[in-house]
Amino acid sequence: MTFNRIGYLIKSGIAGIFSHSLMSFATVTIVTACLIIMGSFSLLLVNIDSLIKGLEKENDEIVAFVNDSLTLEEAEALKDIISSIPNVSGAVFVNRETAMEAFQSDYDKGLFESLNAETFRHRYVIHLSDISIMGETQKQIEAVDGIAKVNAHLEYAKGFISARNIISAVSFILIGILIVVSFFIMSNTIKLATYTRREEIAIMKMVGASNAFIRCPFIVEGLVLGIFGGLLAWFAEWGIYSLATQRILGSAGAGLIKVVDFSTVSTPLLLAFLAVGIVVGIFGGSSAIRNYLKV
Amino acid sequence: MIQMNGVRLVYEPSGAMALDDVDLEIHEGEFAFLVGPSGSGKTSIIKLLTGEVKAERGEISVNGFDLRRIKRRKLPHLRRTLGVIFQDFRLIEKMTVYDNVAFAMRVIGASTDAISKRVPYVLELVGLTGYEKRFPQELSGGEQQRVAIARALVNSPRMIIADEPTGNLDPVRSLEIMLLLGKINELGTTMLVVTHEKELVNAFSRRVIAIDNGNVVCDGMDGYYSYDI
Repeated sequence: MTFNRIGYLIKSGIAGIFSHSLMSFATVTIVTACLIIMGSFSLLLVNIDSLIKGLEKENDEIVAFVNDSLTLEEAEALKDIISSIPNVSGAVFVNRETAMEAFQSDYDKGLFESLNAETFRHRYVIHLSDISIMGETQKQIEAVDGIAKVNAHLEYAKGFISARNIISAVSFILIGILIVVSFFIMSNTIKLATYTRREEIAIMKMVGASNAFIRCPFIVEGLVLGIFGGLLAWFAEWGIYSLATQRILGSAGAGLIKVVDFSTVSTPLLLAFLAVGIVVGIFGGSSAIRNYLKV
Repeated sequence: MIQMNGVRLVYEPSGAMALDDVDLEIHEGEFAFLVGPSGSGKTSIIKLLTGEVKAERGEISVNGFDLRRIKRRKLPHLRRTLGVIFQDFRLIEKMTVYDNVAFAMRVIGASTDAISKRVPYVLELVGLTGYEKRFPQELSGGEQQRVAIARALVNSPRMIIADEPTGNLDPVRSLEIMLLLGKINELGTTMLVVTHEKELVNAFSRRVIAIDNGNVVCDGMDGYYSYDI
């Protein structure tokens, strides 16, 4: 295929957008609308996920009590062993005096004044990277020589894991359904746009055009419309999200809700929109004319 | 050029018999009319010749292509040896006269240089010099059919198949179009004209093949629409 011919095919594809402007407008509108719906739902889920992660972070603590028989130096020396355990993101040593002061500060002054520091054990406050494997990490810490007991809020961890799993499963199903429905709507719109040009395709066939030659401008057209729809949807999503987050942050319960900043998701969202737009455009453009190419 | 032996065509899924045991031969450079009433099988023959449908039985060869065994990807090559003209012109309304004709060359990969030389020549041949920048809706029926003829002719086909080319035209324009097709035939292009216009056929004294109920019922060189429908 010569450059001359490739140039003609690309030019034909772009010309097709303008010569069938109403159908092109309908295609871009549908692609944009579907992507906005998919994008909005995805952003909502990203925010819910971020909220749960925040709550997990606040509850990722394990307390490991050091055996009474160990001296202060020996107890402090356990830090390296504990830190080397996978999934441990940080371990802070708390000696028995500090532990007692913290305990006393939680209650009215004087209530536990007579307490002896020897009542308390040296301990480590340990933070985890992933609370879903808190149970395994607890066992690994318990196995460390010199550790007497490990306290972990496994029920909290299980609760968060269940919540995340349910939300993930529901999200995947809903996004999957939305993608399928959107693909169906978008490709049908492109098919409808192509239907108006079946006569043109029949003429091309009759004068001896190959299927690849006929298909190419439609693919170029679908590609351009898909990219345009993707970009338009991204800008619209930006505006909608900014407006929605402003409203949420300005409301009474703003202190309780932490919203994901658009800049952190903008690039993946743009890439996803462009990818869906391109795939739908190319797929829609080529599949739409398949029936007309059979003769 | 065209060779049909014992051709049978059945439309699926209805099972309707369109052609039954048709034998037909048209030679290089010949001018033939294919006549018959509606539903007789004329359009089915055109569809067979252009590769739109495949015969169920029999042998069929067009311009050296064996249409019983032709692969789908080879159909464009067959169609490049044919020029097809329709009753309803089938021009692309958003294209000018020049572009409608040039389009047929572009789709087979002709160079811009070849197009700029060939299109004006063909437009001159059909009497449309000066109409290059007009759009189909700005032309009369006869002029539109001339554009369609120019499009069919532009790739120098070995054969032109005209399906009721005068069906939408008044008698004077019809005669003009038939004269033009005759002129093209004299230049060496084989011509198969499907029509049911008795007067027009009789005015030309060419070969007349009559078809009815999917059978060739008459094939005469006397130039008369002798089969009474």
